[in-house]
Amino acid sequence: MTATATRPERITRNGGRRLVDLVARVRELGILAALAALFGVTGAVNPSFLTYGSLRDILLNTAIVAMLAVGQTLVVITRNVDLSVSSVVGLSAFGGALVLADNPGVPIPLVIAGCVALGAACGAVNGLLVGAAKVPALVATLGTLYAFRGIDYAVAGGRQVNAADMPDGFLSLGTRSVLGVPLLALVALAVLLVVGWMLRNLRSGRELYAIGSNPEAAVLAGIQVRRRIMAAFVANGALAGLAGVMWAARFGTVDATVATGKELDVIAAVVVGGVAIFGGSGTVYGAALGALLLASITSALAVLRVDALAQTAINGALLIAAIVLDRLLALRVAAALRRRRFHDDN
Amino acid sequence: MEDTPVLALSGVSKAFGAVRAVRDVSLELYAGEVHALAGENGAGKSTLVKILSGVHRPDTGQILLDGAPVEFAGPADAQQAGVAVIYQEPTLFPDLSVTENIFMGRQPRARLGIDRRAMRASAAELFTRLGVQLDPDQPARGLSIADQQLVEIAKALSRQARVLIMDEPTAALSGKEVARLFGVAKALREQGCALLFISHRLEEMFELCQRVTTLRDGAFVASDMIADITPDDLVRRMVGRELDALFPKQETTAGEVALSVRRLTREGVFTDVSFEVRRGEIVALAGLVGAGRSEVARAVFGIDRWDAGSVEVDGKRLRPASPTAAMAAGLALVPEDRRQQGLVMDLSIERNIGLAGLAALHRGPLISRLAERQRAKDWAVRLQLKFARLTDPVNVLSGGNQQKVVLAKWLARKPSVIIVDEPTRGIDVGTKAEVHRLLSELAGTGVAVLMISSELPEVLGMADRVLVMHEGRLVAEIDRADATEESVMAAATGRTAA
Amino acid sequence: MTTDRLRQSMTTDRLRQSVTTDLLRRWETLILALLVGVVVWASLGVDGFANGSNISFLLLDTTEIALMALTMTLVIVAAEIDLSVASTLGLSCAVLGWLWNAGLPIEAIMPICLLVGAVCGAFNGLLVTRLGLPSLAVTIGTFALFRGLAYVILGDQAVADLPPAYTGLATASVGPVPLMTVLVAVLAALAAVVLHATGLGRSIFALGSNEEAAYFSGIRVKRIKFWLFVASGVMASLASLVYTFRYASARADNGVGLELAVVAAVLLGGVSIFGGRGTLPGVLMAVLLLGVVRNALILADVANEVLNFVTGLLLVASVLAPNLGAIWRRRTSPQMEGKSP
Repeated sequence: MTATATRPERITRNGGRRLVDLVARVRELGILAALAALFGVTGAVNPSFLTYGSLRDILLNTAIVAMLAVGQTLVVITRNVDLSVSSVVGLSAFGGALVLADNPGVPIPLVIAGCVALGAACGAVNGLLVGAAKVPALVATLGTLYAFRGIDYAVAGGRQVNAADMPDGFLSLGTRSVLGVPLLALVALAVLLVVGWMLRNLRSGRELYAIGSNPEAAVLAGIQVRRRIMAAFVANGALAGLAGVMWAARFGTVDATVATGKELDVIAAVVVGGVAIFGGSGTVYGAALGALLLASITSALAVLRVDALAQTAINGALLIAAIVLDRLLALRVAAALRRRRFHDDN
Repeated sequence: MEDTPVLALSGVSKAFGAVRAVRDVSLELYAGEVHALAGENGAGKSTLVKILSGVHRPDTGQILLDGAPVEFAGPADAQQAGVAVIYQEPTLFPDLSVTENIFMGRQPRARLGIDRRAMRASAAELFTRLGVQLDPDQPARGLSIADQQLVEIAKALSRQARVLIMDEPTAALSGKEVARLFGVAKALREQGCALLFISHRLEEMFELCQRVTTLRDGAFVASDMIADITPDDLVRRMVGRELDALFPKQETTAGEVALSVRRLTREGVFTDVSFEVRRGEIVALAGLVGAGRSEVARAVFGIDRWDAGSVEVDGKRLRPASPTAAMAAGLALVPEDRRQQGLVMDLSIERNIGLAGLAALHRGPLISRLAERQRAKDWAVRLQLKFARLTDPVNVLSGGNQQKVVLAKWLARKPSVIIVDEPTRGIDVGTKAEVHRLLSELAGTGVAVLMISSELPEVLGMADRVLVMHEGRLVAEIDRADATEESVMAAATGRTAA
Repeated sequence: MTTDRLRQSMTTDRLRQSVTTDLLRRWETLILALLVGVVVWASLGVDGFANGSNISFLLLDTTEIALMALTMTLVIVAAEIDLSVASTLGLSCAVLGWLWNAGLPIEAIMPICLLVGAVCGAFNGLLVTRLGLPSLAVTIGTFALFRGLAYVILGDQAVADLPPAYTGLATASVGPVPLMTVLVAVLAALAAVVLHATGLGRSIFALGSNEEAAYFSGIRVKRIKFWLFVASGVMASLASLVYTFRYASARADNGVGLELAVVAAVLLGGVSIFGGRGTLPGVLMAVLLLGVVRNALILADVANEVLNFVTGLLLVASVLAPNLGAIWRRRTSPQMEGKSP
């Protein structure tokens, strides 16, 4: 009895592992397939979609959302969410633009650093509310979404900063290319690779997954849960601050409404990219792929002359499709595991 | 014994508010020895474990590590000192691999980041040392509880733990899994670990342990070498009185069939289960934990869907997966997990009692608070519930009184069939006897009672018939006259042919 | 457990419990006190606040939030959330404008709008109850989906030539009280009775507090949750009718951001975001409080966008205050610490 007992168990295990692996791969392959189909069909209908200029635009549009998606992934992995990112982007973009417009002599790196610090400070507010005061992340960041935007409006007071008000050296950051690739996209790629490496290879990165996977076990394992969650929010805020400067450099025209509603694109990208909304699993690469898919859809819609107003609906539909798909796959896997165990035992 | 204990408690007391959870307890854990901690639920075992593991700090008394007093400011300190705890239901990270679970927070580092290869190799080596086959790369999600415990033990080993505390590790394991765990525990003992083992099963203590410390109502009773005492001695120490009055079984005559279960199957959970319960009968469903007894009860009551078979109550076929239909047919289920399934802990006593029969409390479109209170009051009196106010939330009640609230909730519906799943788990001896008397009376009034119990004395003392399950199948049906500890256990462990 | 220990544990637990019930009681008292305080402050300090027409306007102005807060209270007590209400409102507005442009009579359009709301709610409800998805994720998705559909249907046009009979009705008064406030009062009474005096209400509290135990008690958890989402959708579309007629303008972006005000009011009113706890009177007082604050700030010439700042702040504060209180209490009474629930 004991001799035969181990064998079927191993089969179950390997089968379970294969299934889980498969689910993880299905997501990224699925996005790549969707991208291929999108580019194929749109390119066939309108070849201008595949020109250098068009692809460059897609990369530029992806860069900012992808950066935000990377930051958001840090937070979502810990079983939290940050809805306030779009307001942080707005605040940082306007703040940076205002400083540049009013003080033309300020060194540009200083402005960028200042915006990142501003974003980090906003993230720290969220982190304190969620990590220290135990306010549910949804409520806390829904509140700060409006609070940060309110500050933005109060500072702006209806003012708009135009491209003409800002130094050319700054604006060229948004348009410059290196070896044909837009600088902003390279910045986003660098952020993606660094954060991706950290999440996989640093203790603190693995601990974020641990916290989201089982918060109580994380405490028992001696992880500084509160500190890690705060760090995730601060990092996300800092990336949102950086995204804000990038926004100002790319678009040149900045007012208090910048990036309003962008939090949805970001969360859609993250969820579509396979980051579990209840924490513990998913990668920044998936999230970035999700951002690329969403940006490509937007561009394709424009090329195909579909009303741009449909974009919001498509984002929502994709988000729902992603969570429904995840759920159905999870149910499949669970049922398959149950059946398999049963058949092995008999 | 001859040398100093690795870890010891000396005269430790701990109170929560006015409740003195443990009083003046001493305990000595020696290297190379398995020490059993015995006591009924509520005797203070869990509090003691939490003191040893640094979760709670004792109010008075000392913790001694290698004979020297130490203070554990938190679990981290205890871990540092080499104390590891394996809980009944381990807390792993389901999304992460077995290897990562073992080394979380202490991953071996290379020059840049985590050294994954070294980490994986260490995990494989640990499993070899434990003599078990587990895939280090497999995610923890989907592991059986037994395997999860092994991961926890590997984690403890990787921390060089010298003291391993196992808090009811066998409660959810099957027979062969228990055997494997004991193999690991014995190997650790040989390697010089000190183990503290907590279980409700006396036979396990006698098989595995060398020494036993008994607690009763938070107080230290005795510490003996296992070789010097008998199971009966141990029970007497735990209970502090004789058990005679515990099973007031009335003789009843069985009436017509009230519950009839035919060839019920839920894939991967239980297979081809058929039985009947007659009016006036108490039928026990026995078997090891994990044999599928509670799962059958859940399916019969409509909590889970069944894949094949049928259930009839008073000759009426039940719609599957509908507790509402089951209740309408006259079925009641007192579930296994009182706090999670039986009660809404934040709600008041009266609202909990009313919850299963809200329709009966309506006067027109509105709930009659008067009727709600009256129903609660009637049943509180009948079941001798000890309470301050009916508007108190049930979480202020003791376990036994909470169970009475669950019973009241269902009895108020006047069911024709009542399924009770572990009806006396975690309640004090006095209330236990009351619950038994109540079940007996119910049967006397013609209710069909199906009782799931893991306590053999309860099964033998209360049941007219004993059904035994083993690994998802019903393997034996034993009449009261023929039911003995041996016959039931033989069937439960699969030693008789079905 | 001996009776001696039982009694001891009961006294501590009762102590703890009376602290929490007192806090709950105090929470609503606090909101009421705050409401009175703000009204007094606004009456004395803000020009044009304390007159009949402003008070009527203030009441009228809270109509949509109040309506949606009623069903949102039930949804949150049931431990779910519906972030899509404002988008449902927008979609319903868009459908109204589109059908009106297409020449349908308004009497036919209104039931269709309510049906749209019901379908939106049913969609949320199905995803939550049939697939077991978290309502937070689902309604963030439908928040975008419904609003997006509204834009698809109506684009960025505004339909303003609505029949005066109805636009007049939306702003009509019965004596000094706006007709719509009467509507709110009637529906609020209905919701309060359902939540606090019926078996359904008892069931909602039970399943919000412990869904599993509620299911084991024969409560049809999924069915109740499904219909709560439907009710939430219908109420949002009812609010859309009031909104459209009140402003005499059907636009796809009607009511953008209202979900924040609704959720803020419900939480400020003492409903637990984790479900199982809360009262309707508390929520109604919170709706009024938010309405008065907004009104007073508008009269004091504060920009509309800054008002959102105040709402956001109140939302955070409403959850933060009890949490900080709990943390503070734990610090000051260390012997409670070990008593884990």
